[in-house]
Amino acid sequence: MPERHVRLTFGAEQVREPLVYQMGHQFKVVTSIRMASIDRSVGWVILGLEGDEDEINRALDWARAKGVRVDDATLGDVVEG
Amino acid sequence: MSSFNRALKCRECGREYAIAPIFSCEFCFGPLEVAYDYDAIREAATRDIIESGPNTLWRYAPFLPCDPAYKVDLGTGFTPLLRADRLAKAIGLDTLWIKNDTVNPTWSFKDRVVSVAIAKAREFGFDAIACASTGNLANSVAAHAAGAGMECFVFIPDDLERGKVVGSAIYDPHLVTVRGSYDDVNRLCTELSMQFNWAFVNINVRPYYAEGSRSLGYEIAEQLGWRTPDHIVAPMASGSMFTKIWKGIKEFHHVGLIDEPHTRMSGAQATGCSPISTAFANDTLNFIPQKPNTIAKSLAIGNPADGYYALKQMEETGGGAEMATDEEIVAGIKLLAETEGIFAETAGGVTIACLKRLVASGFIKRGEETVAIISGGGLKTIEAVADEVTEPLHIQPTVNSFTEALSARRGAPVSV
Ligand SMILES: Cc1ncc(COP(=O)(O)O)c(C=O)c1O
Ligand SMILES: [Zn+2]
Repeated sequence: MPERHVRLTFGAEQVREPLVYQMGHQFKVVTSIRMASIDRSVGWVILGLEGDEDEINRALDWARAKGVRVDDATLGDVVEG
Repeated sequence: MSSFNRALKCRECGREYAIAPIFSCEFCFGPLEVAYDYDAIREAATRDIIESGPNTLWRYAPFLPCDPAYKVDLGTGFTPLLRADRLAKAIGLDTLWIKNDTVNPTWSFKDRVVSVAIAKAREFGFDAIACASTGNLANSVAAHAAGAGMECFVFIPDDLERGKVVGSAIYDPHLVTVRGSYDDVNRLCTELSMQFNWAFVNINVRPYYAEGSRSLGYEIAEQLGWRTPDHIVAPMASGSMFTKIWKGIKEFHHVGLIDEPHTRMSGAQATGCSPISTAFANDTLNFIPQKPNTIAKSLAIGNPADGYYALKQMEETGGGAEMATDEEIVAGIKLLAETEGIFAETAGGVTIACLKRLVASGFIKRGEETVAIISGGGLKTIEAVADEVTEPLHIQPTVNSFTEALSARRGAPVSV
């Protein structure tokens, strides 16, 4: 099954919560952190997600509902000036 | 001569890959960057050799990650570094220089990055080149593809300035305007890049492409007489150019061409698209992506690929970041034009407006010798200032009509 990669960006409110852990327990998805950085006010993680497509989408909707920003994990925008 | 690029190296985990059209680390997804054989470069690029080279960025060929045999030379680079005394005085600096990159073949610094990208694409054997752009990159890719006789696909959002649309169409690429936002163009082009075997300049040849901006750093150092300024202010979209200027300066030191640099590097963004400057203001290295809404469309990248590295570099060099509103951007364009005779596009307005803020706040001290990067020409974004310039005097073809109109404007009679 191909792994899907997303970038989650957290604000100050979510930085302290074990969101990735919770995601792996509440949904049938396997999470793996590929890259991450967190400091006092914001953080991001590039997360590899394996599982059923619908289940992954439910997990991401759950994260959005928690106030997390979800982007497809690319190296940033491909549009240039 | 071929090229002294030795490998691609992951910026995060340090793994190395053979030179190929790839851009991200298979292991950690970090971005790949070109690594060089600096011993070979040191031999091939002495001050004498560089000074006797062509008046283009190809004078730094040993530093470029492509075989110059494949170049498409439209005359890019080695643009003027101009002393800007009138502007310096207006904003409160003793010594200010303008790096005038509006005079490149397609009127922006993008010709530097595309010069390298197209040479590398040809070296890799691609016969089509593509990009997703808000204008300047599109213009440059289309022009260089025309010069190379390569098939070219250019994707732009459908709300771009006329100058930028025609400025690509004239070279007759496959120009595609996408009905949708920047985000939609992004998503589409990421998908396309996986399905078509094209050199996508800012995707699969991005590691090489980005290196072209180092030439700005080389030129500044050489043009100042093989030394570096106290401060450089540059516009940031992805943050790539901003980080590569500094990489170039450090490389010049590494190969012994200049003394150790102590340049503070500061970045400029528009308030309506300021993920990097906002992160700097919040004292964090992690930016939050934004949805752009600014007249500075060339800088409208909401999720900047090199944002993190730009912020690290501010920390490393003691530099900073500022942001400017649309009104300040227009005022910046006008101030540069009226004091120095240089007509910049909106990105230049952002740079001048942010420079002004950095000086006003005391972040840049009066005595710091500063270089401002003016990265694109004003005829491309004429809409931004068309309604802000002084109306011409409209007269009949008589001396009387002229003196009357001039008197009215001056509020005092004009004697003949
Ligand atoms: C005129 C101009 N200046 C500056 C930039 C910033 O480039 P970068 O993405 O390297 O930060 C761009 C393009 O993105 C541009 O078109
Ligand atoms: Zn890596």
